[in-house]
Amino acid sequence: MLKVTIDGKTIEVPAGTTVLDAAKMLDIPIPTLCHHPKLTPFGGCRLCIVEIKGIPRPVTSCTTPVSDNMEVTTSTPQIEDLRKTVLELILSDHPNDCMVCEKAGDCTLQELAYFYGIRENRFAGERRIYTKKDGNPFLERDMEKCILCGRCVKVCDEVQGVGAIDFTYRGFKSKICPPYEKDLDCEFCGQCVAVCPTGALTGKQWAHKGRQKDIKEIDTICPYCGTGCNITLHVSRNEVIRVTSKEDTWNEGWLCVKGRFGYKFINSPDRLKKPLIKKNGKFEEASWDEALDYIATRLNEIKAKHGADAIGGLSSARCTNEENYLFQKLIRAAIGTNNIDHCARL
Amino acid sequence: MTNSIKEIEGMEVIFIIGSNTKETHPVIANRMIKAYRKGAKIIVVDPRKVPMTRFAELFLNLQPGTDVALLNGIAHVILKEKLYDKQFIDEKTEGFGEWEKSVEDFTPEYVEKITGVSKENLIKAARLYGNSRKAGILYTMGITQHTCGTDNVNAVANLALLTGNIGRESTGINSLRGQNNVQGASDAGCLPNVYPGYQRVDIPEIKERFEKEWGVSLSEKAGLKSTEMIPAALKGNLKALYIMGENPVITDPNMHHTIKALKSLDFLIVQDIFMTETAELANVVLPAACFAEKDGTFSNTERKVQRVRKAVNPPGEARDDLFIITGLSKRLGYPMNYNSPEDVLEEFGKMWPALGGITYSRIERNGIQWPCPTKDHPGTEFLYKGGFPRGKVHFTPTQYMPPAEITDSEYPFILTTGRNLFQYHAGSMTRRVKPIETHAGEPYVEISPADSERLNIKDGDMVKVMSRRGKIEIKAKITPRVSKGVAFIPMHYREAAANVLTNDAALDRHVKTPEYKVCSIRIEK
Repeated sequence: MLKVTIDGKTIEVPAGTTVLDAAKMLDIPIPTLCHHPKLTPFGGCRLCIVEIKGIPRPVTSCTTPVSDNMEVTTSTPQIEDLRKTVLELILSDHPNDCMVCEKAGDCTLQELAYFYGIRENRFAGERRIYTKKDGNPFLERDMEKCILCGRCVKVCDEVQGVGAIDFTYRGFKSKICPPYEKDLDCEFCGQCVAVCPTGALTGKQWAHKGRQKDIKEIDTICPYCGTGCNITLHVSRNEVIRVTSKEDTWNEGWLCVKGRFGYKFINSPDRLKKPLIKKNGKFEEASWDEALDYIATRLNEIKAKHGADAIGGLSSARCTNEENYLFQKLIRAAIGTNNIDHCARL
Repeated sequence: MTNSIKEIEGMEVIFIIGSNTKETHPVIANRMIKAYRKGAKIIVVDPRKVPMTRFAELFLNLQPGTDVALLNGIAHVILKEKLYDKQFIDEKTEGFGEWEKSVEDFTPEYVEKITGVSKENLIKAARLYGNSRKAGILYTMGITQHTCGTDNVNAVANLALLTGNIGRESTGINSLRGQNNVQGASDAGCLPNVYPGYQRVDIPEIKERFEKEWGVSLSEKAGLKSTEMIPAALKGNLKALYIMGENPVITDPNMHHTIKALKSLDFLIVQDIFMTETAELANVVLPAACFAEKDGTFSNTERKVQRVRKAVNPPGEARDDLFIITGLSKRLGYPMNYNSPEDVLEEFGKMWPALGGITYSRIERNGIQWPCPTKDHPGTEFLYKGGFPRGKVHFTPTQYMPPAEITDSEYPFILTTGRNLFQYHAGSMTRRVKPIETHAGEPYVEISPADSERLNIKDGDMVKVMSRRGKIEIKAKITPRVSKGVAFIPMHYREAAANVLTNDAALDRHVKTPEYKVCSIRIEK
């Protein structure tokens, strides 16, 4: 274990711990943009700089491992000045359209600009202009808002193992794009959207559905495969408008294309809304009482004539434990047969 | 799964057989990639060059339906090179001697002839797996959807027993469940031979316990499996069927046959969220609530019971299944009284102690993995830590048996079916999601470049695909993912449904799972 003192507080950490992580353990906030706890450190944004006793220049805390008896200061007028300058430089090449940005209210860059009180920009000048050419139906890429933090590049490679995007060009011309600057053609897991700290990457389906105001967040489980990823439904006016996953869940916030973008069936106009009884080959709407009475009558008739074993039930791996328990109880106890199965074989 | 998903990260060797994990369980694949980054060696066994092969140390490209031969071959090499765990075998297993003899014939040369996997690669795989004591096997329907599915699973288990790779962290046998709550539906007793918690209906003491709790006398006769209900309907033995949230027209083998069977019923009830192909055949259709519109729990593939929460109201008069089932039960003269879904889970836990310690308040933030018998039990991350429930585990000899339908001059291709990354199962959910449909809305058949040249079929051509059961027209996708003589069709698309072609007559002899992974077809331009 190594001893480190940060802003006068001391802690012992295992070798290899970064100064940033040690500060986090002490609940000392250090601003970051490119850092993500689940990805390898990058040291690109320079916001997490700190002063370390014995080192003449500020160093990035996300890439500096703790050494024994290190003394760290996270905030001095000079450091804060540097951080503000870094932010101003980033913002000098960023469209100030928070008013219409999908990410407003949930944007790390906006939040930092707020804390550092940046409105006017002394570095105003040339801006990078991109032509949008996204034909893909899932991800909206607004590259003028990209701050080149590289989180999307890292998550795509390190976590997803795909490597659909990377940095290209140098200096002011740097950008992140798929090979040959073509449109994205990837797994569309949206991991990049989840880690983007600005409005550069968003879901196309999210547009104009609401930002933060009046949105309820409900934690639940993904309805697709058996992995059981924890998801959060964002709900506005009885409509699911977005699906995300929290970093502190067992699936670490990672989802796939179906889990993240496959939610619109919930509000599909095709949903069944009324019980239907087929009469003369055509479905007619019925009330619940009519439908359930009719079913009970028919099942009783069939049971009386052919016995309970002439009736079967197929339950669903899509339904909850509670529903499945009750369904087999209905078939076994109320109808009286063990003709009950579900799709585990299919 | 005997392990937890997160334990994959700690595996030294990951043996993936019959699972296209990157597309069908993408977030589990992320764990495998994490293990790979830490130095784990991955072996992929599959008839298709699935995306996980990018991370594989070894890719064993076997002929569909030859898994038993391959697994026995690996066991043969492990035995011959003495890589097995003698102490584990002596202490925890039985039947080793007899089983050992049964794999004697599976020499690498013999296995190469059956599977098409070179003997060098087979030996390499055996050494990788056999030398590790922290190896995990992961499989899916590529193992089970065969006439020899049970044998496949036994052959997988034998490998784990032989090397002692079970009962510890990051080593075990893991079947990845394909649907959100297939684990839970099985646990809850939606199976014809067992009550909730896999308790057999034909054991009198068990039956009596359920009769006492439910206050009614129960049948001791095991019921029909889903794949037996369809023929029973055709024969006229099954008169009424109540289907909650399934779409057998698309998901069962031999679609024309399924439709005929459902039409011959006197009475069909379908409870669903959409007017599915199956619902169209029903006498009564009941509108159900979807996952976002109800409270309850799902159990995932690692046995973790997790909380499902209501976020929105169901549309129109759609109701959750609990309302519907209790409403119907009352009318059938058997009222069920529950105030909330939690009451149901409590009764479930009372009848099956493995769930006894799980309450909604305990799983408010994080799920708990069963067995969890008491309220202070933390749940079970991996199974068989303290040994096996029946004492010693038996090695079950398995013999190679070719698939039910083998290719001939009339039907010279092997068809294998499955899912792709974007669509889900019968497609009633994902096909209503516009971006998914825009991106992956078209059915296709994967054909190898060699076959495409021979048949003069170009990428994007419309081709006719036929089997002894039916015919579809579908777009050709020329890809090296499949090998020569093998074709793949995803199951999701009703307009070119793979299950028009699949073989409903070929079922696993023990558990009656259809052989979706192998049937013979012809492809014509």
